Amino acid sequence: MTELAATDPLPKPKRDIAPILLPIAVALVMIPLIGSPSTWLTLTAASLAMGMMIFIMASGLTLVFGLMDVLNFGHGAFIAVGAYVATLVLAPFAASLQADSLWMNLAVLAPAALLSMAVSGALGLIVERVLILPVYGQHLKQILMTTGGLIVAEQTLYAVWGPQIIPTPLPTSLRGSFIFGDVAIAKYRVLAMLIGLAVFIAIQLVLNRTKLGLLIRAGVENREMVEALGYRIRRLFLGVFMTGSALAGLGGVMWALYREQVHASMSDDLTVLIFIVVIIGGLGSIGGCFIGAILVAMVANYGGFLLPKLALVSNILLMVAILMWRPRGLYAVTSR
Amino acid sequence: MTDLLQLSGVHTHIGRYHILQGIDLAVAQGQTTMLLGRNGAGKTTTLRTIMGLWQASSGEISLAGERIESRATPDIAQLGVGYVPESMAVFSDLTVKENLVLAARDGPLDDAQLDWIFGFFPALRRFWLSRAGSLSGGQKQMLSIARAIVEPRELLLIDEPTKGLAPAIVMALIECLKEIKRKGATILMVEQNFFAARELGDNVLVMDNGTIVHRGEMTALASDVPLQERLLGLSLEAHQ
Repeated sequence: MTELAATDPLPKPKRDIAPILLPIAVALVMIPLIGSPSTWLTLTAASLAMGMMIFIMASGLTLVFGLMDVLNFGHGAFIAVGAYVATLVLAPFAASLQADSLWMNLAVLAPAALLSMAVSGALGLIVERVLILPVYGQHLKQILMTTGGLIVAEQTLYAVWGPQIIPTPLPTSLRGSFIFGDVAIAKYRVLAMLIGLAVFIAIQLVLNRTKLGLLIRAGVENREMVEALGYRIRRLFLGVFMTGSALAGLGGVMWALYREQVHASMSDDLTVLIFIVVIIGGLGSIGGCFIGAILVAMVANYGGFLLPKLALVSNILLMVAILMWRPRGLYAVTSR
Repeated sequence: MTDLLQLSGVHTHIGRYHILQGIDLAVAQGQTTMLLGRNGAGKTTTLRTIMGLWQASSGEISLAGERIESRATPDIAQLGVGYVPESMAVFSDLTVKENLVLAARDGPLDDAQLDWIFGFFPALRRFWLSRAGSLSGGQKQMLSIARAIVEPRELLLIDEPTKGLAPAIVMALIECLKEIKRKGATILMVEQNFFAARELGDNVLVMDNGTIVHRGEMTALASDVPLQERLLGLSLEAHQ
């Protein structure tokens, strides 16, 4: 049999760690600029917690973008719906939330989060079948349909729950901070970091250790070839869309508790941040999305502290800088 | 010899362009049929239409007597059609192993089948855990073909496997495809390289302007220089 390959072994593929080093470098550069180590630590912890929450909300959207090539401008609706649905559990069990017992608090928070994810995921099923399915491959119509869907969802939330802001106070055991010398790190931020990290690890395990994950990664790169291998990628699309919607719902609950309030347009500002994260991370890249979310949160927190007047444009400037460095995002997965 | 694949009066439109204009062809079981023709004649469109990647606007496509022209691509693949596209389309972010795991739709990779493939393509064993994106063009083509044969297939549709490859790799690839042929595979292959077509083909179909303009045995076309010049615009001698 003829030897087909070049005899020299290929160089091992280089691991691209520059994007991983970027948030570390940003954090280190901020130490002298901020001056106070305790303030720096507090801001860094706040950035990581905020970044994790944004990552949870954006992770589904990046897969939807990458795998399905769908521009879902209505992703924010799942965030708001998730937050409102959580109040259905949080409000009746307010007494348990105010009890000074971590387990009693978690016994209310966990079902609230699961119900939010279930409802957001189910809403994702309806949105994909009703709004997205007729407009696959038509970006302009996708923008119109999903933006319309977002408006309808927001107005429906107003109609059902009323225009007032609904308070969602933190449970007693998650109030306050862990104190390390001069440094105070809010307990809820630690929980947010842990949940975000758990979601990131879970997604990475599914994507890298299961055949389903292989299909998703392959589908992000070349949907047509996945179908030519005999897999029904439409079902995969639906599953990814529902999972992304459910994660947005979870993010909505976490954001509601972070801000301690819920309102129908709560996702408007977040949607901009999420799209920036998805674009700078690289469409379809979970790793890029994770780093992008941390960077966006760092810019918001460090920037808000150092240059508050630049807060409105800081994330746009970050996106411009990243895209000038890597035009297809930190980790380019698709060719789009 | 029974026909495994039959196309009858197949038309395909892409947007406002009428690409296939009434294709009639048959691919005999266990034979390799070469689909030749100049660029833009409709060869790739024919393969993609069979695979369901582009829908036939009219006509009939039968695989082992079963109509498939209205079926979705995954259904056609599940009937046992392996497809090697012109672009190779390996999943560059996945390793060689992951590419093949994905192609083994019906379960875990079969060790005996893998050994058989490694016999053709030893490079795939060597770069088993390397990202497919880091392979050379020839190695990607090997992976693309290996992906199509990692499980037994009824029919292989192969689009220009030698395109852009170095002559030494082309020769090796021809040997590999001959080995696959000897295993009894039924193949419909698009090829611009007439030398490769002559080496591999039992039968030949020549396309022009979306129709079949010649059908016959490969040996007959290979030995008829005026016919080659008339149909393909150049002869085998000129090609060599």
